[in-house]
Amino acid sequence: MSATATTTARAHPEKNYLNADHTIASWLLTTDHKRIAVLYLISVTFFFFIGSIAAGLVRLELTSSQGLLLTSEAYNKMFSAHGVVMIFFFLLPSIPAAIGNFVIPIQIGARDLAFPRLNLLSWYLYIIAGGLILFALAGGGFDAGWTFYTPLSSLYSDTQITIALVAIFIAGFSSIFTGLNFIVTVHKMRAPGMTWFRMPLMVWANYATSLLMMLGTPVVAITLFLVVLERTLGIGIFSAEIGGDPVLFQHMFWFYSHPAVYIMVLPGMGVISELISAFSKRPVFGYHFVAFSSLAIAGLGFLVWGHHMFISSQSVYLGVIFSLITFLVAVPSAIKVFNWAFTMYKGYVEFKTPMVYAIAFLGLFLIGGLTGLFLAALDTDVHLTGTYFIVAHFHYVMVGSSTIAFLGAVHFWWPKMFGKMYNEFWGTLSAIVIFAGFNFTFFPQFILGYLGMPRRYHYYFFEPAWEVYNVMSTMGASILAIGFLMPAFYLTASLLNGKKAPQNPWGAKGLEWEKAASPPVTFNFSEPVVVTEPAYNYPSADRPGGAMVHQLDQLDEDIEKLEGD
Amino acid sequence: MLDSLLANFPIFPEQASEHAADYDALFWSITALTVFFTLIVVVMVAYMAFKYRKGSNVSRKGQLDSHLGLELTWSGIPLILALVIFFWATANFMKQRDMPEDGIEIFVVGKQWMWHLQHMNGVRENNELHVPIGVSVKLTMISQDVLHAMYLPEFRAQYHVIPGRYTDLHFTASKVGEFKMLCAMHCGTQHSEMVGKVIVMSQADYAAWLEKGGNRFEKEAKTMAASGAALFKRKGCANCHTEVDNERAPSLHGLVGRTRSFNDGATHVADEAYIRESIYEPYNRITRGYINTMTAYKGQLTEVQVRELIEYIKSLGTTAGVGDGKIVPYEQPEQPLGADPGTPDNATKIANERKSAAATQFEQSGGRN
Repeated sequence: MSATATTTARAHPEKNYLNADHTIASWLLTTDHKRIAVLYLISVTFFFFIGSIAAGLVRLELTSSQGLLLTSEAYNKMFSAHGVVMIFFFLLPSIPAAIGNFVIPIQIGARDLAFPRLNLLSWYLYIIAGGLILFALAGGGFDAGWTFYTPLSSLYSDTQITIALVAIFIAGFSSIFTGLNFIVTVHKMRAPGMTWFRMPLMVWANYATSLLMMLGTPVVAITLFLVVLERTLGIGIFSAEIGGDPVLFQHMFWFYSHPAVYIMVLPGMGVISELISAFSKRPVFGYHFVAFSSLAIAGLGFLVWGHHMFISSQSVYLGVIFSLITFLVAVPSAIKVFNWAFTMYKGYVEFKTPMVYAIAFLGLFLIGGLTGLFLAALDTDVHLTGTYFIVAHFHYVMVGSSTIAFLGAVHFWWPKMFGKMYNEFWGTLSAIVIFAGFNFTFFPQFILGYLGMPRRYHYYFFEPAWEVYNVMSTMGASILAIGFLMPAFYLTASLLNGKKAPQNPWGAKGLEWEKAASPPVTFNFSEPVVVTEPAYNYPSADRPGGAMVHQLDQLDEDIEKLEGD
Repeated sequence: MLDSLLANFPIFPEQASEHAADYDALFWSITALTVFFTLIVVVMVAYMAFKYRKGSNVSRKGQLDSHLGLELTWSGIPLILALVIFFWATANFMKQRDMPEDGIEIFVVGKQWMWHLQHMNGVRENNELHVPIGVSVKLTMISQDVLHAMYLPEFRAQYHVIPGRYTDLHFTASKVGEFKMLCAMHCGTQHSEMVGKVIVMSQADYAAWLEKGGNRFEKEAKTMAASGAALFKRKGCANCHTEVDNERAPSLHGLVGRTRSFNDGATHVADEAYIRESIYEPYNRITRGYINTMTAYKGQLTEVQVRELIEYIKSLGTTAGVGDGKIVPYEQPEQPLGADPGTPDNATKIANERKSAAATQFEQSGGRN
């Protein structure tokens, strides 16, 4: 039987989601979550390179304390473009919409997301928003930074802010719909036997992320829309001179934009759980702690927005409370890091490309998280906020963690997505180059911030001593750029002449590896999936056969029962 | 060797205020903690990744899927350390946010793209601030346009400068010299040119500098309160705001620190922010017993002028009853025309009488002046 199947496969390449249909319409009107994921992957990569070009110009400009190529106006537009494009058009959709879209339905044994057409609409909204942003950039750009603080953004700046805000408003709905889709899918579409505590941690992390998307994004969408109203109709909401309050804008903006940081980093944490487990051949240490720490981070994420506003005239006592809650985030973060590290304990660690990315993530997330202590602490924040220390900190979290996790995820699931293996040597090298280039770029910025260099400064003629660190940072950015360009080449090459990927190239556990072909068929599985074992059920030296007893299986059953009711 | 290295690769910003040393102690303590935890994790990851690499010949017996004791350890220890930092940093911060009662007060206006600073004795400066060493200096700040942030890195001090709202910060300089004064909030095209310096002088030099009238030699400089008094007269404020509450307007003598009652029943302790609002947007809160007749000076007076008026009003005495008898008691109107805010009936009567006179102006303004 199986021999016959193999013979047929040789004669006619087996049908999968990629070769099921070849027309352009079959891609642009697809409702297959995997095809939509591929569309997202291409689009977020495009915007990543747009954002990178802006970043490159910013870094080039800063090699001189006197300014180099750009006018101040152009410089301000450049860092604004970099921030808006990277955050709203790369980081927010990258892992959930491109990677999660592909793997989450497969990981829980579903044929597709709960609302396939809504999923396609999400992508179209994203593309419309992306088109508008490109239009705003082509039409002269915008200069109020990605934070759009009022009244600069509403009454003073004479740039394409209105279009940019409308674009972000639309992109917000793309994000809301993705979140909605994931939540319903995880609740209602799990395969028989896929209980809550058998779900891979990637699913938990994206579930927590989806909650944030659903609850937070509407707030920022409406806030930015109010800025548009103030700009276009002069309705005083956020500008003191027409009766509004600029600090109110900051509250509303950060109410979303702090959770947004977790929207960017939580899915990455889910990815890292998968990678470390797969390449250690061990279940993630303390599965329940890691799963609940995602929810804890999501929950606490909504209660810390005021730590962006310690010196904004917010009440001192409010600042104290926000600082305290921010420190509590250290606990679930520490839980995650130590559990990841301990996952390798008595495992079989293999340094394939995705694992190298995962280890790079651990180092960078650690520094990103720990430097957050300086900013959560009221006193130290006063001197560091608004400087390059902040810039370095959030790049360690958003690039060092989220982007590295995204690349790790791309390398991990690439064989599954496209059925091709990439060159392992180049893959590992790219991870190492990115890690080195990243630290070279952003570590000097911690020092610059502590020395007092404000962010968003076009020049620093009054303190030429800062040049040395800025030049270092720009040199690092050049290395980083090479690192980011490398995957574009060898991954593309793998599509053309890569080795055919086996169903489970990493020997990993998980439905996508054990039950779905590489690449999967249109509805993911050729036969119905029934789950009979916990996630990451690798064979154990102690328990031959690998059957692990999870004491909390009982809890699973209780939750199932509740859901049934 | 180390000196020349540090000259080329500086890592210690200068400490020029009394707070800077406290700040740096905390900063480097958190740094030590950060390095410590980074090392722990790096060593742990490296050790396990190497020891348990695929193909290594070590026993895998006794694998663990989870361990409650370990989980509690690595969540408990970071929690305790985090709380220690929290209390330390909060104590420092509270101290910094507690404004000194004595010392020098400077009024600061941030605008695109410069700092305007005004000493209480009337000496004015742009993008430069002269202060004496060892005396606490309080900056009271407001923006004329967009958000700015007053950032004094060598003093480890920063606070936002906001349109429509007074904010403040204070420092005590501990070193003579010139230090950076930056704007750390993106404020538009020439944001990075909104820079100046704080010039810390010995107390004797500072006194001499003030004496000669600052860098502009403003020997005739009026104090802010005196300028305010002149403006008060020029704008005709005194036509209505006399020494006593009268039928036109409540008196401003002894206003600061007194609880004001408003027509809508609310009360508020009159502070600088309230006086500023009452000049720019008097219609927002009408003192009990009065109607909305005052001109709104929004767009007509600059923030500096308003601050001068406030200084003048402050000079008329602070809390009621204090001020060595110069203050005419609030309850003793010279003309018993009913400016007594305690009797609403009387107030309504007066209001009706006043209405005809004010009707034209009031209606033209649509009730908003």
